[in-house]
Amino acid sequence: MTDLAVTLPGLALKNPIMPASGCFGFGQEYGRYYDLNELGAIIIKAATKEPRLGNATPRVAETPSGMLNAIGLQNPGIEVIMQEKLPWLAEHYPELPIISNVAGNTEADYVAVCEQISQAPNVHAIELNISCPNVAHGGLEFGTSPEAAATLTKACVAVSQVPVYVKLSPNVTDIRPIAQAVEAAGAAGFSLINTLVGMRIDPKTRQPILANQTGGLSGPAIKPVAIRLIHQVRSISKLPIIGMGGVSTAADALELIAAGANAIAVGTANFSDPFACPKLIAALPDELAKYQLTDLKSFSLSQEVTHD
Amino acid sequence: MLPLEYQLTLTKQTEIAPSIYELCLTGDLAQQPIAPGQFVDIKIPSDALLLRRPFGIANVDRQTNTITLLYRVVGEGTTILSESPVGTSLSVLGPLGNGYPIDQLVAGQNALIIGGGTGIPPLHELSRQLNAKGVHVQHVFGFATKAAIFYEDHFRKLGPVAYATNDGSYGYQGHVGLLLDAQFADATTRYDAIYACGPKGLLMAVDNRFSEHPNAYISLEERMACGIGACYACVTKLKRDPSIQLKICDDGPVFKTNEVLI
Repeated sequence: MTDLAVTLPGLALKNPIMPASGCFGFGQEYGRYYDLNELGAIIIKAATKEPRLGNATPRVAETPSGMLNAIGLQNPGIEVIMQEKLPWLAEHYPELPIISNVAGNTEADYVAVCEQISQAPNVHAIELNISCPNVAHGGLEFGTSPEAAATLTKACVAVSQVPVYVKLSPNVTDIRPIAQAVEAAGAAGFSLINTLVGMRIDPKTRQPILANQTGGLSGPAIKPVAIRLIHQVRSISKLPIIGMGGVSTAADALELIAAGANAIAVGTANFSDPFACPKLIAALPDELAKYQLTDLKSFSLSQEVTHD
Repeated sequence: MLPLEYQLTLTKQTEIAPSIYELCLTGDLAQQPIAPGQFVDIKIPSDALLLRRPFGIANVDRQTNTITLLYRVVGEGTTILSESPVGTSLSVLGPLGNGYPIDQLVAGQNALIIGGGTGIPPLHELSRQLNAKGVHVQHVFGFATKAAIFYEDHFRKLGPVAYATNDGSYGYQGHVGLLLDAQFADATTRYDAIYACGPKGLLMAVDNRFSEHPNAYISLEERMACGIGACYACVTKLKRDPSIQLKICDDGPVFKTNEVLI
C-alpha cells in the first residue's frame, strides 16, 4: 500500500491533493457526486468580511488549454461562512481539513476575517489571497509589493489561530523578494500560483468577452509557469509550498512536487472532469511505482533543494 | 451519491438545417428521470478545449436508450462535435439543472410554448411530455429566415405552430414579441401554462408580457464552466432583491417569469 500522507504546518493530510480555492465552492456541489473524505483537504472559496456579488457576466471564457475567469470573489461573507458553510463541512466530513482562503479590500478586512475564520474548528490553515487579479481593491495591490505583502502577512499571522499560507501572484517581475518578505513576516508556507492576467476579444463586437475585460488564466496552459515559479521560490525558501497551476493528472502533480511543492491543489481540472481529484489520488500510487517508490515522502525527499 | 457522468455513444448525426445538427447519443443517461428543460454538459473530444459545452435535451427515447440534441455550429467546440463520427464515445454530465414544471397540468389544459432559434431544442422534449399528458400545446417560434427553420414536422405533430421570421420569408414578419401581440393577445387567460426559451430579447418579451401569469417559465443561458453550481460563473440576479444571485446551471436554467433580471 502506497503511503501518500503529507504533514505540513497545521495540516496532517492523508494525501497531498486538494481542490483549489474558487473551483470547488464550499464543497456542497461536488459532495453530491463523491465522498469528499477521499480528498487530502479542501481549500474553500475566498471569504471576505462582507457578502460580495462579484463581477457582471460573462465571467468565463475558454482559451487554448485554459480558461479565463473573472468571478470577482463572489461569496456570502464571513458570517454566513462561519454559520452555515463551515458547519456543514464539519458535520458531513468531520475529519477533513479545511483551508480557508481569505481576501479583503483593506488590511483591516483581512485581519478581521483571519481572526474570525481561524477559530472555526475545522479550519486548519489559512490561504491568504493577496493575488486575486479580478477585484479593484485588495488582491493584487498587496501581492505585488514585498513591503505591502509583508505588512499584511504580519498582521494576519498575529491574529490567526492557525498557520497562514500566502498565495502569491505570478503577475510580478520577480517573485523571490515577495516570498522572502512574506517568510520573514511569519508565513507558515506558500500557495503557488494564482492565475495570470489575460484577455480575450470577441471579433464580432471587437470587445472583450469578459464583462470585467480581463480575467485570470488557469488550466494546463499555465502549468509550465507554475513549475518555474515553484522552483524559483523553492530555491530561496524551505517553507512548505502548496503547488497549483494546470494540474490535472498524477504525472502533473509529481512534476510540481519535483519542482518543490509539498502538496497540490487542483483547480480548473474539476470543471473538465468533476471527478478529477479522486481520479488523480487513485492514480498516484501507480505513478510513484514508475519510479520504484511506494511513498510520496521518498519522492519529495529526492528533490535537490538548492539555495542561493 | 447521485450519478453524474455517462459515456454515451454517438449513434447518428445529421445536418438538418444550415449549421444546425441533430445529434443522437446512446447510453444509460436516457434511463434517468429527465425533466424537459434539463441539460447535459459534454466534454468535446479535444485536449485543448477544457470547458464542457451545455446543450438542452431535445428528445429522450428510453426504448432506444437515446437522447437527441440539436445544436448550431458556432465555434471550435461545436465544429469538432459536428465532425465527430458515429461510434465516438463522449463524456456527458447530466441531466443537469431544473427543468420546466409540468406536473401541475392535467389532460385537456392548454399550454403555450414560445421559442427562438437554438433556444427551441429543449422545447421539443417539453412539448412531447405535455402531449403525453394530454395537454394541448400551441407553439410560437421565431427564426431569422425560412431556411433556418428546423424540426417543423416534429413540432406540427405535437400541436399547431405559428412562425415569425425576421425577414418575413415564412409566417409572420417580425420578431416573436410582435407575433404574440398580433395573434396571441389573449394568451394570459387562454393558456394554463406558458414556457419559453430563446435569445435574450425573446425572453424579455415573454417576461414582460407574462410577468403576472402564475404558470409562466423562461429558460436562461450563460457561459458556464463547471455546470453543477461550484464555479459561480453563470449567475443572475433576483428581480425583487438584486443582492441575491442565483446560479443558472444549478438554480435554473428554468425560472418563473418576473423572478430574475434578464
